[in-house]
Amino acid sequence: MSYIQGENLIKQYGTGDAAVMAVGGMSFRIQMGEFVAVMGESGSGKSTLLSVMGALNTPTSGQYSVDGLEVYQLKQDQRADFRREFLGFVFQSFHLVPYLTILENVMLPLVTVKTNGRTKRSMAEDALSRVGLNGKAHRLPSQVSGGEQERVAIARAIVNEPPILLADEPSGNLDSKTTREVMDLFRSLNQDGMTIVMVTHSPECAGYARRLLRISDGLLVEDIPINGPESKLECWGIGVME
Amino acid sequence: MTLKDIALRNIRRRKAKAGFVLAGLLIAVSTAVALLGLIEAMNRDIQKNLEEYGANILILPRTENLSLTYGGLSLGGVSFEMQEIRQADLVRVKAIKNAANVAAMGPTVLGAIEVDDRKVLLAGIDFQATTILKPWWQVAGTVPSDSGVLLGSEAARILALGTGDHLKVNGSILQVSGLLAPTGSQDDHLVFARLDTAQSLLHKEGRVSMVEVAALCTACPIEAMVSQISTALPGTKVMAIQQVVQGRMETLDHFRKFSYGVAVVLVLVGSLVVLVTMMGSVRERTAEIGIFRAMGFRRSHVIRIVLLEAGIISAMAGVLGYLIGFGSTKVALPFFSAGNGIAVIFDPLLAAGAFAAAVIMGLASSVYPALLAARIDPSDALRTL
Repeated sequence: MSYIQGENLIKQYGTGDAAVMAVGGMSFRIQMGEFVAVMGESGSGKSTLLSVMGALNTPTSGQYSVDGLEVYQLKQDQRADFRREFLGFVFQSFHLVPYLTILENVMLPLVTVKTNGRTKRSMAEDALSRVGLNGKAHRLPSQVSGGEQERVAIARAIVNEPPILLADEPSGNLDSKTTREVMDLFRSLNQDGMTIVMVTHSPECAGYARRLLRISDGLLVEDIPINGPESKLECWGIGVME
Repeated sequence: MTLKDIALRNIRRRKAKAGFVLAGLLIAVSTAVALLGLIEAMNRDIQKNLEEYGANILILPRTENLSLTYGGLSLGGVSFEMQEIRQADLVRVKAIKNAANVAAMGPTVLGAIEVDDRKVLLAGIDFQATTILKPWWQVAGTVPSDSGVLLGSEAARILALGTGDHLKVNGSILQVSGLLAPTGSQDDHLVFARLDTAQSLLHKEGRVSMVEVAALCTACPIEAMVSQISTALPGTKVMAIQQVVQGRMETLDHFRKFSYGVAVVLVLVGSLVVLVTMMGSVRERTAEIGIFRAMGFRRSHVIRIVLLEAGIISAMAGVLGYLIGFGSTKVALPFFSAGNGIAVIFDPLLAAGAFAAAVIMGLASSVYPALLAARIDPSDALRTL
């Protein structure tokens, strides 16, 4: 049995003539420790697939399991617990809470964990240290750069050491230098054993993954391994970013 | 970092919204506290009036005759010639169940006397009890001794007598020891002597015409006392003098009902302000709630954050509302009371009630917004970002 497994997943929005098939019957298997990139044109269903994988969006039909756990058979509260224990999210727009400091933002996933405050603080500081932001813990998100905000979002996603990291367009708002730094960080996390599923438009980012799922019109049209940045030339017919 | 910290930070960040909720609750709580405090103070004011009112129970001999006086006009002295109460029987009043509420008892004997060919009403009274029964009396001179009298202002004017003068009554010479300042009552027309002196002059030893009783009436059952005295003195007619007080009490009762009505309306309006503001706040925070849910917050955690915010603001409104209401009562009381110098006192029950009411009101009005927040679909919320 695979670690993450989707079977004939369908997600339809609306009904009748207004119905939109965001995910039209996808099946996939992801092993523990994989780094998977999901690519596709806008509106192809990438983000919907990621939200389904994040236990945030109940599919219209199909099965989805993680570590043998049928995620959508769980009750609402159990699903919340699943998200807290299994998943870390990195969103395109960072989605930091503006009135909390960087340290507090990173501590958010630990708020509902029954651990003492000192331990939580220490875990958050470790996560910040890992992304190279330990000197800016007490600033507000608005007081740091976009790249640093992205690092805060990553620190928040990994603070409780979840086995899976789901990233939606993590380089969407970053310059190329910061993108490379973030991708290096992802690669490092993956090398430490974290399973990463990353939705991206960027071939360069996809080049950091080890497997590529290409989606079109809600269907999985390609599932190919990536063997380093050079393979992108073959996959996409475009050059590697300088 | 706890849910409470998140709630506190959000309050600090959205000061205007928090201020609006606070203002809504504050107006409701402080007005209710002011009105209720005012009623309580006025009630105490009236009770104090009651005590200062002097005699509030009158014991008269039972009679089958109808009164022949109306508006100060008398059509004969028959009413004073009726049967009297035995003075010895009055000791029974001290044995009634509510005897402890009897502050003073003033037996009075009344009878007509002639002074310089003029008919005058002589009243024999207990001057010691009178200080409690008629606290408004002002005497120029001294309280009479065995052979002295005190003249009402009209009696002194008509008889042309002053302090130190003498008058002859039924062969006895009595000295005017003092004059009573005008009271605006029938007392102005009377000649007062000590009870035993008057009884002797009127040949009514051991008998009294009426008895005035001052009952301390802060929460004392005056109707019950009337009934108890009636039972103790079967041949008498016992009446409570409470028309004036009753009138004020009725006015206060109307005011109390009106205040309760205003308080209820204000509580409803305050609750509505909280509801609408909290709904707006939840809608504004859809994305943030989506983030919380994605981070593994349960629905109950989201509900707790919203209710914590409402609870913190409500608790502040409870404390501040009581203080403002307390201050407002102090300012407003002089315009409503009878000037008895009644102070507004700290009422722990009202303070606790105001605090509890504010918190309950704030929380109750925030339950629906909190449930709405908990029901926000995290994927929808994050899509809006």
